[in-house]
Amino acid sequence: MTSSPFIRINHVTRRFGDVVAVDDLSLDIARGELFCLLGASGCGKTTLLRMLAGFESVDSGSIEIDGIDMSRVPPAARPVNIMFQNYALFPHMTVDSNIAYGLRRAGMPAAEVNDRVAELLRLVRLSGMGGRKPHQLSGGQRQRVALARALARRPKLLLLDEPLAALDKKLREDTQFELVDIQEKLETTFIVVTHDQEEAMTLASRIGVMDAGKLVQVDSPRALYDRPKNSFIADFLGTISFLEGTVESAADGLLRIAGPVPVTAVDPGGFAAGDAVRMAIRPEKINLSRQAGGGVNEVEVTVEDMAFTGVASNYRVLGPGGQLLKLTQPNMRRGEAAMEWEETGYASFDPADVVLLRD
Amino acid sequence: MAAARHFLTRHGRRLVVWLPLAWLVVFFALPLVEVAQTSFTEPRRGIPPFAPLWGFGEDGVFTNFNLENYGLLVEYSQDYLKPAGNSLRLAFFSTLICLVFAYPMAWWIARSRPSHRAILLVLVMLPFWTSSLLRIYALIGLLNTNGFINSMLLQLGLIAAPMRMMQTDFSIYMGMLLTYLPLMILPLYAVMIRLDDDLLDAAADLGASRVQVFRTIVLPLTFPGIIAGSLLVFIPAVGEFVIPALLGGPEQVMIGKVLWTEFFRNRDWPVASAIAMLLLAILALPIIYARYQDGRETALDRAEEAGRGGQA
Repeated sequence: MTSSPFIRINHVTRRFGDVVAVDDLSLDIARGELFCLLGASGCGKTTLLRMLAGFESVDSGSIEIDGIDMSRVPPAARPVNIMFQNYALFPHMTVDSNIAYGLRRAGMPAAEVNDRVAELLRLVRLSGMGGRKPHQLSGGQRQRVALARALARRPKLLLLDEPLAALDKKLREDTQFELVDIQEKLETTFIVVTHDQEEAMTLASRIGVMDAGKLVQVDSPRALYDRPKNSFIADFLGTISFLEGTVESAADGLLRIAGPVPVTAVDPGGFAAGDAVRMAIRPEKINLSRQAGGGVNEVEVTVEDMAFTGVASNYRVLGPGGQLLKLTQPNMRRGEAAMEWEETGYASFDPADVVLLRD
Repeated sequence: MAAARHFLTRHGRRLVVWLPLAWLVVFFALPLVEVAQTSFTEPRRGIPPFAPLWGFGEDGVFTNFNLENYGLLVEYSQDYLKPAGNSLRLAFFSTLICLVFAYPMAWWIARSRPSHRAILLVLVMLPFWTSSLLRIYALIGLLNTNGFINSMLLQLGLIAAPMRMMQTDFSIYMGMLLTYLPLMILPLYAVMIRLDDDLLDAAADLGASRVQVFRTIVLPLTFPGIIAGSLLVFIPAVGEFVIPALLGGPEQVMIGKVLWTEFFRNRDWPVASAIAMLLLAILALPIIYARYQDGRETALDRAEEAGRGGQA
């Protein structure tokens, strides 16, 4: 990137009494990015969002948007709009008036307001619904009105607080793609706050995982999933199995690790014989079969639990020393007998799929 | 026990509706009918001090329908119109003053910490637990020419001679405010506590100034509370005569006082009843009309919703 970042969060701290909600956090976000702040409730993500919008003050550090320091800029004057988790639609106003609210406050002439409102209604596919009151709309429609209202002033930055949390699963999936479409069309910078890792993965080009007021890792969804920095990230995103062991030898770019389950792993560098390591393997990277294949990283296991989900079956199997492995087998062929409870088989995984963690 | 429980589960729902309804009929509807009837009777000496409206005589059922009482109200309208005007003015300004004080108070209570709210609400209602007469006498003690406030100000040297505060509009409205303020605060608090903070943030985020947030969001959404509180204050304030009688001067006669005089002093129950009925009509008709309009709007909303249900 040649220019300076569009949003620069610089060593920002915010305390509520004894609680440090946001702890010395720094983050740069580029123009046009769809960035996701992901974390459990109480991790400080909403506080960070409210500081960007200007509803919370910053105790120390600074926030710059488009090169301008925001510390003295009130919410109304920021080139930022927020879409609230419960949408916060004005219940006594029609959809039209809700969307036009920000435009009227800005003193836009009535004719122009009408044009803009019509344009926004088309964008969120609600044309013809402008005369309704919020209570006459479905949850998905309300969400789209909230989006249109937040976009009306053409903010440079749109903040979305759990934008899909109030929708049911089916609607949420459709809406995710719609939201990405709209973001791409408008090229507005979006920051989405969510506790739902799947939502974050589908929406974002980059995700920042927050815990206890700090950013633990900032990366693309794929990198976060495949190369988690530590156990917290590995565990937080999706399902994963952990194995413990000690490095026995390092040779030819491969590590041989001793433990209840002996493992051969691709050496990411920086490990020496005698190091204690924690390994993590994703469930879909483990293969399960009735016959031994004779390859590396193959262990005999007993099926402890099995759940059929449609696309795949999820297994919990026990290996040597009672080591628990969670794995997923796709249902590739219809009618093929799947492994059942108490059955014995062989689990195997590729050395390249073993993630080595230092903590 | 078991039988009682059985009875309650079987008839509980009906009981919930019928018990209050029976109470309303016995203690509200029947007395109202009685007053309405009395307003059409002829006064006489005796107990009760009016001739029966109807009854069974030698020639069967007789009626004694008398419109004279309402005729008297028209004939001597000068004597009734002025007190009625006084009462309406008193009620109007009392409502306004209560609103001005109650609105920020209710807002402050609704926005304070949840643990403090209960205490503040109890403090609002605390005066209700003492006799209203006692509170008014306490106010007299404060406002009198040689009362607490005057002697304080004199001692501090802020005034040279005691101010006249009693028997003025000031003392009347102080008394009204003291008595009716909680009735305005409570309905306002009830709507304000339901107001979502995010709505205010959303409006500010969309560029509204504090004044604009108030005018476009807070005021419209608390309007039902303003209406409810105003009705709760205005209606009893129209009939109020204790406060003006004790705190005001003799020149201001209220309609409540006239009613009292007709009833107890002149023992003219029919005319007193006619005044009461007229007062009721003046007060109730606008409310019934407003309710009707409100109900029609809701019905229209619902109809519209039902009509659109198919395409949503």
